[in-house]
Amino acid sequence: MTLVMRGRAGGRSRGARRGLRDATPLTYLTLIVAVILSIFPIYWMLVVATRTNDVVSSVPPPILPGGHLGENVQRLFDNEDAYFAKGLLNSFIVAGSVTVSTVFFASLAGFAFAKLRFRGRNALLLTVIATMMIPVQMGIIPLYMIMVKLGWQNHLQAVIVPFLVTGFGVFMMRQYASQAVPDELIEAARVDGCTTFGVFWRVVLPALRPAMGVLGLFTFMQTWNEFMWPLAVLNPENPTVQLSINNLATGHFNDYTLMFAGTTVAVLPLLVVFVIFGRQIIGGIMEGAVKA
Amino acid sequence: MALDLHPARDGAPPTAKPPSPKGRGARRRLARLDLKAAPYLFISPFYLVFLIFGGFPLVYTLWVSLHTWGLSSGERTFTGWDNYSYLLGDGEFWHAVVNTIGIFAVSTVPQLLLALMVAGALDRKMRGATLMRIGMVAPLITSTAAVAIVFTQLFDKDFGFVNWAIGGLGFDHIAWQESRGWSWVAISTMVDWRWTGYNALIYLAAMQAIPRDLYEAAAIDGASRLRQFWQITVPLLRPTIIFTIIVSTIGGLQLFTEPVLFGSGSANRMDGGALHQFQTITMYMYDNAFTDDRYGYGAAVAWALFLLIIVFSLVNFAFVRRTGGTK
Repeated sequence: MTLVMRGRAGGRSRGARRGLRDATPLTYLTLIVAVILSIFPIYWMLVVATRTNDVVSSVPPPILPGGHLGENVQRLFDNEDAYFAKGLLNSFIVAGSVTVSTVFFASLAGFAFAKLRFRGRNALLLTVIATMMIPVQMGIIPLYMIMVKLGWQNHLQAVIVPFLVTGFGVFMMRQYASQAVPDELIEAARVDGCTTFGVFWRVVLPALRPAMGVLGLFTFMQTWNEFMWPLAVLNPENPTVQLSINNLATGHFNDYTLMFAGTTVAVLPLLVVFVIFGRQIIGGIMEGAVKA
Repeated sequence: MALDLHPARDGAPPTAKPPSPKGRGARRRLARLDLKAAPYLFISPFYLVFLIFGGFPLVYTLWVSLHTWGLSSGERTFTGWDNYSYLLGDGEFWHAVVNTIGIFAVSTVPQLLLALMVAGALDRKMRGATLMRIGMVAPLITSTAAVAIVFTQLFDKDFGFVNWAIGGLGFDHIAWQESRGWSWVAISTMVDWRWTGYNALIYLAAMQAIPRDLYEAAAIDGASRLRQFWQITVPLLRPTIIFTIIVSTIGGLQLFTEPVLFGSGSANRMDGGALHQFQTITMYMYDNAFTDDRYGYGAAVAWALFLLIIVFSLVNFAFVRRTGGTK
């Protein structure tokens, strides 16, 4: 998990873009094929989720959505193995708290690294970057042991607390704060008698809003999608939504319409986020916000 | 895209402070304390969370790996390097290593080449550019588990869309799950579907920073489009390419969700198929620790995986540097 956030002036002025070549028919063809391939599995998910099982396995496969979505979703929430409603609620709680906390604490630390002077600042920033290189899987076994010691296994705090703030977030906010917040503004607030936290709350936080949005989106998406750690530490009766659909895949792997109704509902919140914030997500990726 | 570590500007250079008249009271001392302590206070939540849930587990993994350690059995015996010497001779582990590297190779190479191609296509004047980009990253916002389920159905031997299409072209159906090679291809498809558009956008951002006059000059010298792409675009993109390769390496070698769900039909999904044909290292670690209660050995596998990631990142880094040439 790594990130680079460069200044907005990073060599992308309009002038440099003057000589852009025109798209040829081949360009359009390449891109349209790529977009179709990108969309197709999502579309297929909707088709299956709105059909009945015997139609799905027919030859040739159905191409258009049918009218059985309500019925499949009903079966989904009635299903006794999936704990789907609970999983959905849990996922909102987990992703919501991790997102709010990460954005706040990452902004706070990012501001400190970008704008405050203190002994050991650069060395500490390097350790933040180093933490981003460590794969999460590495520590999963001791992490589980810690949870057992704390008595947190099967409780939601086990999938929330370890992720309350990440090195990725801190570094991203640091990069953004160093170019988005003018020092004069901070000095002025200090002269007006603000404490350091006052400066952060009144001056810096509003200026960080765009980056907070991007970090929030990525954090929410990533937490929503987390699979391995919840699988290890939560039981099937108290799942996140990913574990719910996993329960379906294990127990009902031939009931495709049920499974696909599950994946559709599990993806839906992300689709909504994407439709509203699509541009910001693309901007975030192109600015160099990177998740792995 | 190199890490940008330029120190931030610190405002005006420090000026000599006026001698502080004594007795301005607690207020002033508080303000000084605020200046000194606030930065540490602000960064402390991160370090607190990291040390407890990130740093400590990392080191502790090493300690655990030196034991025979079961949580349900309660056994905890120090065995030194036994787990590691067992690991070196463990056929199942090496089988998983080969699977992981195989899937990594089958997925990453086409993925990054396709991403370069798509980025080249996007880097033009066209209609609907934003719409194309949105379409391209749509896979990113789906959840990995959901996608794995959808693809597993698409790759179903009897009723899957892919085999139906292959049959339509007059070829035999493929047993995607049973064959080692084809299962790697199916899993790689899931990975590539998710990440190609994302990498394309990263490349596009880097391409947009290349000054256009370079191309104009090359065109005047008679260089073809293709030659311009390989001799201007690709070399200038090298830092970005290195970056994407390292990110893909770290992610690819830890592959877990896709193969686990791809094996949904089998008795133990951590096996990665009846013959372990698509069991990855992370699945093997998970299986040992959480299924078989062998936490000590699982921890040893985790360290082996970590070393593998470091070695692979370095090798890839060196490889790309070499082939890119230094001009």
